[in-house]
Amino acid sequence: MSVSLGVVRDPFRALCIAFVPESAELNEPGWRELECEVERALADRPTSMQKQMVLLIRILDLLARVRHGNPLAALTPAARREILTRLQDSRWLLLRRGVWGLRTLAFLGYYSRPDTAASIGYRADARGWEARR
Amino acid sequence: MNRIQADVVIIGSGAGGGTIAQALAPLTADGRKVLVLEQGARLRDDEYTGVESEMARALYEDSGGFLTEQGTLTLAFGRTYGGSTAVYTGTSLIAPERVIRGWDVPDLDHDDIARRCRNFAAQNHVHLLPDDEINDNNRLFELGCRRIGLEAEQFPVNLNGCRGSSLCNLGCPNAAKMGTDRVQLPAAETAGVEVVTRAEALRIEERAVIARVSRPLDGEKGLPSAWEPGEYRIEASAVVVAGGAVGSPALLLRSGFGRLLPRLGEGFTCHPAFILVGEHEERITNDVGHPKSFYLDRAQEEGYVLETCMYFPFITAKNLTGFGPDHSALMKAFPRLQMILVLACDRAVPGNRVSVSGKGVTRVHYEFTPEVRSSLARATVMAARIFFAAGAVRVHAPLASPPLLTRGQADQLDQRISADEFLPGRTSVSAAHLMGGCAMGRTPEDSVTDAWGRVHGVPWLRIGDSSLFPDSLEINPYLTIMALADRTAEALMADSADLFDS
Repeated sequence: MSVSLGVVRDPFRALCIAFVPESAELNEPGWRELECEVERALADRPTSMQKQMVLLIRILDLLARVRHGNPLAALTPAARREILTRLQDSRWLLLRRGVWGLRTLAFLGYYSRPDTAASIGYRADARGWEARR
Repeated sequence: MNRIQADVVIIGSGAGGGTIAQALAPLTADGRKVLVLEQGARLRDDEYTGVESEMARALYEDSGGFLTEQGTLTLAFGRTYGGSTAVYTGTSLIAPERVIRGWDVPDLDHDDIARRCRNFAAQNHVHLLPDDEINDNNRLFELGCRRIGLEAEQFPVNLNGCRGSSLCNLGCPNAAKMGTDRVQLPAAETAGVEVVTRAEALRIEERAVIARVSRPLDGEKGLPSAWEPGEYRIEASAVVVAGGAVGSPALLLRSGFGRLLPRLGEGFTCHPAFILVGEHEERITNDVGHPKSFYLDRAQEEGYVLETCMYFPFITAKNLTGFGPDHSALMKAFPRLQMILVLACDRAVPGNRVSVSGKGVTRVHYEFTPEVRSSLARATVMAARIFFAAGAVRVHAPLASPPLLTRGQADQLDQRISADEFLPGRTSVSAAHLMGGCAMGRTPEDSVTDAWGRVHGVPWLRIGDSSLFPDSLEINPYLTIMALADRTAEALMADSADLFDS
């Protein structure tokens, strides 16, 4: 099985923006690039893990509706971060692991992009010192 | 199922398997067939692009993020021609005498290990980098240590023709790192050893290995296997398992050896680690030059080692605590970041082990002991002191609350950093020094093999990799793995008359 983030696109993007505020500036091709990277990473993982990730995103969206009366996508990034921070600091390992997994996927998708590497000033080059001198 | 006859089958081509392949190569001159099965692919030189996500996928198991059963630790280990020697930084240290003595394995002494390590160090061009090839990230570590009265030591590294790409952990794009993929395996192949890539050992039977050869997926890096895709039964007089501290015990457990060897899979250690970053006011050279030139060894005194390091954008982001604007601000400071890796010297304890599920899936169980948490906290304090002494204005410390420390707080580190802040599942921890699972020792009751990698009670089955370690090594393990693998090969050669005639 290979998971498609299409079924949870809005809450997933809302979570990405909470984890990496700059991702809000991505255009549609940029988002697709990010999501393809995440989908590729998930495809290498067991089906059960893929399903858990999708389920977690849905639960977070539901939690946002219950606590704030709106889905994740309608909350401010700060409100989303507040939810995630609470879960990240939870006494329940399962919740902490879930947030850690989501943030890892968001970072993978965003920071694997060549544009991002350039934007943060990462300049590693196979030519090494020669490329800098 | 395809059937193949061989004299020796070696499973794995990393520091262990590659070393054994070279040592057994003389057998081929006598008409013996020596095979190496490697699960990963062999990449062409031009496929080492240094692009983080694609190289991680091509060279590592689970892209370098193999999750433990608890989901609180990721393990990075190579799955390619050359195993983890293709993706490490080439640091080449000889094990401390006290560690080998502490292992208390009969017929294993430090002098023998050190002698073999020196031989491999010479073979693999191990040397100290000259001063003009050391970047600011490393210089600042050495400077910070000196300013607080400590002496950082320089890592000997196995480089030949290093251009300073800084991309060691993504496979050297300049073929300058002298791992088994560049030295031992090519020598073995030239002598007549056959290395079969994309060949996964599924299980071991009586003097036989069942393996599956796969074809490359669409767009996947690496050459096709020399063998046609399909399942193979490879019959051999001797089988040497060198699949690493996760792969070797898992394969043996999957093959039913757990009934004979009650200690199989136990004693897993891994030097759990995380990174700290220090932010400087000016740009420094960090993503150019060899990433790991210095270390501070506090293993004996305080149970940790600090090493210089420099990772790539995603790995860096993943290893920093938290998320949101503070995390982003730190990532945007990348050209001004100094980085230190802190590693805890964990001990083999009950429960930390490798197992397989009923369906044969590999599982690694790992709990952080109170001693490991304390070591990581002490290491964090020390690393923060070094950063500030080197001139950093801010330090990101995973066990500080909040994690960002300013220079004004440099005298409050003991109060601000605490093991109580270590929260599994929140604190990002990873490990790349994977050890144990098929420990050496005296009897089947206390170990899996003797001091020469002979599996207790199974004369045709040998082990030759880091799974042999009875406990943590407390330093980077690659040369010690080669030394132990060399001993495994030597014992096999000594026993060859019996093995091949039976």
